[in-house]
Amino acid sequence: MEVILAIIVGFMYAAGIYLILRRSLVKLIIGLIILGNGVNLLLFLLGGITKGHPPVIGESETFLAGVYADPLPQALILTAIVISFGLQAFAMVLLQQEYVQGGVEDLDSIKEEEEEK
Amino acid sequence: MNDNLILLPIILQLALALILLFFWSRTKWQRIGSIVGNAAFLLVSIVLFIKVQKEGILYTQAGNWDAPYGITFVADLFSASMLVITALSGLAVSIFAAGSMSRRRSLFVFFPIYHFLLMGISGSFVAGDLFNLYVWFELIIVASFGLITLGGGRRQLEGALKYVTLNLIASILFLTGIAFLYGLTGTLNMAHIAQKIPQIENEGLITVTALMFFIGLGIKTAVFPMYFWLPASYHTPLSAISAIFGGLLTKVGVYALFRVFSLFFLPDSFTATVITAVAALTLIMGAMGALIQKDVRKLFSWLIVCHIGFMIAGLGIYSSVALAGAIFYLFHDIIVKTNLFMISGLVHKLTGTFKLKKLGGLYTQYPKITFLIAIPLFSLVGIPPLSGFWPKLLLIQGGLEVQEYLIIGAIVLGSFVTLATIAKFWLEVIWKEQPGSDYPKHFIPFRELNWTQKAYYTLPIAILALVSLYFAIGVEFVVNIVNQIAYDLMNPEQYIRVILPDQ
Repeated sequence: MEVILAIIVGFMYAAGIYLILRRSLVKLIIGLIILGNGVNLLLFLLGGITKGHPPVIGESETFLAGVYADPLPQALILTAIVISFGLQAFAMVLLQQEYVQGGVEDLDSIKEEEEEK
Repeated sequence: MNDNLILLPIILQLALALILLFFWSRTKWQRIGSIVGNAAFLLVSIVLFIKVQKEGILYTQAGNWDAPYGITFVADLFSASMLVITALSGLAVSIFAAGSMSRRRSLFVFFPIYHFLLMGISGSFVAGDLFNLYVWFELIIVASFGLITLGGGRRQLEGALKYVTLNLIASILFLTGIAFLYGLTGTLNMAHIAQKIPQIENEGLITVTALMFFIGLGIKTAVFPMYFWLPASYHTPLSAISAIFGGLLTKVGVYALFRVFSLFFLPDSFTATVITAVAALTLIMGAMGALIQKDVRKLFSWLIVCHIGFMIAGLGIYSSVALAGAIFYLFHDIIVKTNLFMISGLVHKLTGTFKLKKLGGLYTQYPKITFLIAIPLFSLVGIPPLSGFWPKLLLIQGGLEVQEYLIIGAIVLGSFVTLATIAKFWLEVIWKEQPGSDYPKHFIPFRELNWTQKAYYTLPIAILALVSLYFAIGVEFVVNIVNQIAYDLMNPEQYIRVILPDQ
């Protein structure tokens, strides 16, 4: 399981970086989304994958017994998903505005305009 | 000492932001609220600073859970003094924004977002937990995204695009580093990580993680070779917004680098070499970039990049003298860079342009303002006894102790080029005859304002100039403080013992 996840994480990083390096604005945002999901999966993987109970102490017990899943990475991923969702929504609106106002779809054309000024 | 006072600056800024949201269209109340609120913020920070100085490191645990489990907030002398400096420039920018932000252009949301930004900045200074630090960083960038696109002209959107993309990538890399570290140590509490790291046998993996942090935070800090987004975006927003960005945002990254690399990634020879080389190259490239700029704000943006090199150099040399110099430079730089961008706003208000070619004649037309501007500019260059001189002296002294002559060379070169660019600025803006004064349409020049409106422009610059002067006159006090901070950073045992007393 760990090996498969590691390969998937590597693939997502590679795909994300490849898409960021393309010149199209749409591919840029898709690349950022894939990278963001890749890092969430990496957190999940490095938090340690266990087949165990949820970390809840039963009514008759005083401590956690047996194998239980680490709740922290899940909390972290949840936070990271929420944050990246907000940021990506913002980035999409920004790119859309860029397209509407300037008709820019290609990142290269932005650079050229800056040099003219 | 357990003390909930640490949380007060954060809560204050949160409350301010929320309250100001209710004054949506009553811009006058927003201005007053922001200025009064930031004055209170300054007061709270000073109280916290005095308390930390008297009682040592303060901390508080979220929900009263003990250290490795609960989320820790810590205020040591470094955090507390950063809060005071932040509050000073925050207050100045509040006043400046109250005067310079036109009603038409987005005054509605500026102040609430601005206070969310300050909340994120104060939060990251007191975070004792790595993931918490990440969340504060995200809060900062969300707020800064809002501010940098405010007004939304075409050029501004293009600057924002670069800023947003690079910051998102930086966050992803920083989070990757955190994931690695969690996998290695199984904890996120910074003091706990510091305890666990020496027990890990795989040192190569720690170096990789350390460099991942350096890249992630380095993009935010704008060090070589990851600084290109900064000069491409910082000249586009309104002057008040550039001021807070130029003064504080990159410096939060510097703070995090100092914290992380002094507490748990103690620089080994490889990391130290990388950091020193990056610092030298940042100094040189930033200086070269600044030399050829024709726009006031672009020139200042490149100077930000250049001067980041001084602070990173202190981290690279890593002796207590050099660290003290770097931290002194950090304090000085926040104040002076905030002031520089406010000055660029004032110059724009005086003459109607940012282009060096079209500027001129300030000395003959506004001698008093010229005198006011001279103080921060001379401080920036570091003419003794002004504030830029002392940290550089400490840095060079620290470099000589460990015989790092290359970095000393870069520091001297960076200082000289700063002098050259400021001399150019002085020549073009102050001494040269103005080649014709045609204001843009709908532009109300400075001379037509009444005296309260003029005060909104000049008072914040004067406040920060006074702080710069205080760094020069009260240098003994400041040097004592930074020496204490450098000692604390070099000996993190104290910090760890306060947070994890049982282990």
